[in-house]
Formats: sequence, C-alpha cells, structure tokens
Amino acid sequence: MSTPTLDKHSAALDAAENTAFEQITITLRVRRFNPEVSDEVTWVDYQLEMDPKERVLDALHKVKWEIDGSLTFRRSCAHGICGSDAMRINGRNRLACKTLLKDINPEKPITVEPIKGMTVLKDLVVDMDPFFQAFRDVMPFLITKGNEPTRERLQSAEDRARFDDTTKCILCAACTSSCPVFWNDGQYFGPAAIVNAHRFIFDSRDEGAEQRLEVLNDKEGVWRCRTTFNCTDACPRGIEVTKAIQEVKRALITRRF
Amino acid sequence: MSAETSTPADAVELAGAGTYSPDNPAPVIEPPRTRTKSTPRATRTNFEMYGWLFMRLSGIVLVVLVLGHLLIQLVLDGGVTKIGFAFVAGRWASPFWQMWDLLMLWLAMLHGANGLRTVINDYAERDNTRFWLKMLLYTATVFTVFLGTLVIFTFDPNIQ
Repeated sequence: MSTPTLDKHSAALDAAENTAFEQITITLRVRRFNPEVSDEVTWVDYQLEMDPKERVLDALHKVKWEIDGSLTFRRSCAHGICGSDAMRINGRNRLACKTLLKDINPEKPITVEPIKGMTVLKDLVVDMDPFFQAFRDVMPFLITKGNEPTRERLQSAEDRARFDDTTKCILCAACTSSCPVFWNDGQYFGPAAIVNAHRFIFDSRDEGAEQRLEVLNDKEGVWRCRTTFNCTDACPRGIEVTKAIQEVKRALITRRF
Repeated sequence: MSAETSTPADAVELAGAGTYSPDNPAPVIEPPRTRTKSTPRATRTNFEMYGWLFMRLSGIVLVVLVLGHLLIQLVLDGGVTKIGFAFVAGRWASPFWQMWDLLMLWLAMLHGANGLRTVINDYAERDNTRFWLKMLLYTATVFTVFLGTLVIFTFDPNIQ
C-alpha cells in the first residue's frame, strides 16, 4: 500500500521545513537535594534559551553542561528506550527524553522532580532497589519443565499477541511511582512488576504461571490495586497497565475456582 | 546562546547548610513501609482474593437489598411517617423480611468492615496504629453484627 501524498505542502510540513532557529526563554524549576550539603530540598529556577521543539532532557543537559555541573539525574540512551530518565515533570511522571517543551506549556515554569515513593539520593536520582526487587520477585524469566527442545520454542501469532502489550515495558518506574498505593506502602509489588509477571503468565511457552500467580495472590499483590489508572496514564510506552493488572486478577479467580 | 540562572544553586542559602558534609551526609528519607528483613513473608492463602471477590458479590446483592429497604421504609405507604413499633413488629412476623434484614445486616457490615480494613491497610503508616485500628474495627463489627442478629431472632412483639 502506498502512502498517500499531498500535492501541496500542508501548513505543518511548511512549519517543519522552516528550519529557522526559534528561541524562547523558559524557566526550569528543579527540585534539588544534596545530602552532603543539607537535609532540606530546594527548588532552583534556571532561565534557559531553548527551542520549543527541544526536550526537557535537553534543558537538563543545558543546565548540567553549561550552568551547574552538580545537577544530578539519570539518563542513558536519551531516546525513550532505556527508561532511565523517568521523572515528575509538571506533576506528571514522564520520560524527560520524550517530553517536548512545546507540549508542556513553556510559558510557565516547568517543574522537574524525582519520581515519588522512593528514596531520593541526590537531586533527581532515586534508589531504585525496591523497584527492581519487586521485579525480581515475580520471576521475569522463562520457566519450563522437561527437556530443552533442540529447536526454538514455536508460538502462534495469536499466542504472541496475547501478551504483546506488556512486552513493551522498559522498567522506567513511571507507573509504580505514580501509584498511590505504592506511595503509602513500599511493600506493594507495584504496576511494573505485575506487568512483567503478566508478560510471562500469558506466554503460551511459559510454565511458571502458577508460581507467579501465587506470588501476586499474596497480601501485597494484585489485590491491593485500587484501579486508579494512574499507571496507565503515566506509562510512556502506552501500555494498558491497569488492564494487565485486571487480567492477572481474572486469571487468579478463574484458576482458583 | 547565553543562559543564566535567576537563582544559581551555589547562591541559594540552604537551611541547615554547614551541618552536613561528604563525610557526614544528611539522612535520606525512606518511603513508608519499605520491605526489610523482618517483613513477614508470603502467607500463601487466598484470603485477599476472597476479600476482593466478596466486595464485588456483596455489593451487587446490597444494591437490591438496600434500595428495596429504602423504598419500603421511606417511599411506599405514606413514607417515613408509618414507621413505628407496630410496623417493625408486623414486618418481622414474616420470616422473609427477617431473612432480608439479617442478610442486609451481615452483608453491609462485612462489606463496610472489609472496605475500612483496606483503607486502614492503605493509610495507617505505623504497624502499631494499623493493628489497633483494625482491632477497633473488628470489635465494632462483631458487636454490631451480634447485637443485630440477636434482636432479629429474639424480637418479641408483645413486649411491655
């Protein structure tokens, strides 16, 4: 199928082809914390000349590289794949590398905070250990019985599509740190761990579903979910997180009766 | 491209500055109820699942029971003015209405108690607070259910 083409340039295409360097002044308001200086957090405003088509991560880079090298944040790939730079931007969990300045009203100060519900180590860096512990607890790897086949484990397209949505997780913790149950109780497994359990529970090649369901059936498992949908809103990959959690609940009920 | 800060970080006067140093960092704030070695391990029961299912099923039944109850008590046959000792005695003469009220009492109390239990689990931060709030809740629930059941079964319309 060919892509439909336009004879005339659309306004959007004209704007895109117009490579003139646009500059606006933005205020980046960063929540900073340095335990080696003070036990108090401070909000620091940075005035920057930025192109509105740039990302929040570019603004953070500009601060770190040109203004204050002590600003600390995580980022690896900077292209929305590694999931290192989840942070709370204007009160919502997003990836700084996927958030364009023009999309979050650059006329007002843009607030940048570390994700909530985890220990802040410095500036925007939080201790991710509890998050990854919950991830490890649901055994996010293929569990099989019997002899290993000599060729690959085959799967139909339908079986693959069953858990396609939850394979997209990049473990950025945007969902878990947006969950009010997790804020109040760090022992809750959290949406990300349940999503990664879902990815294997509904995989036709996997035989460890019962073990994972057993883990998630416990006090701090899926039954603590209050379906507030914060996780679905926060997910930068557009995973239907709450739906996945509900599907795990349904699997538990249908298997136990 | 000049970029300036309105309040450069090193110019900000930090509260408590000077007390802490790289060798003596400030304590970081742990999130509530982090998992520790003393955290109770998996219980391997289906209690939470039954609790969750009970909320859904009792909720559906309660919609019928409570709306029916309100309709009879407050709307039909002259509304609230008709309610008196004689009205209650007349209704409880029938085992059907006795069962209706008994079921409504048990389901509503357990539904509400389980809902409050989850609220306490979510919001009480200290283990002790959580334990005593739940004890208070369970005591109140058992007392109310017991008292209500007693009245429904031992109600005497000829009491003086």
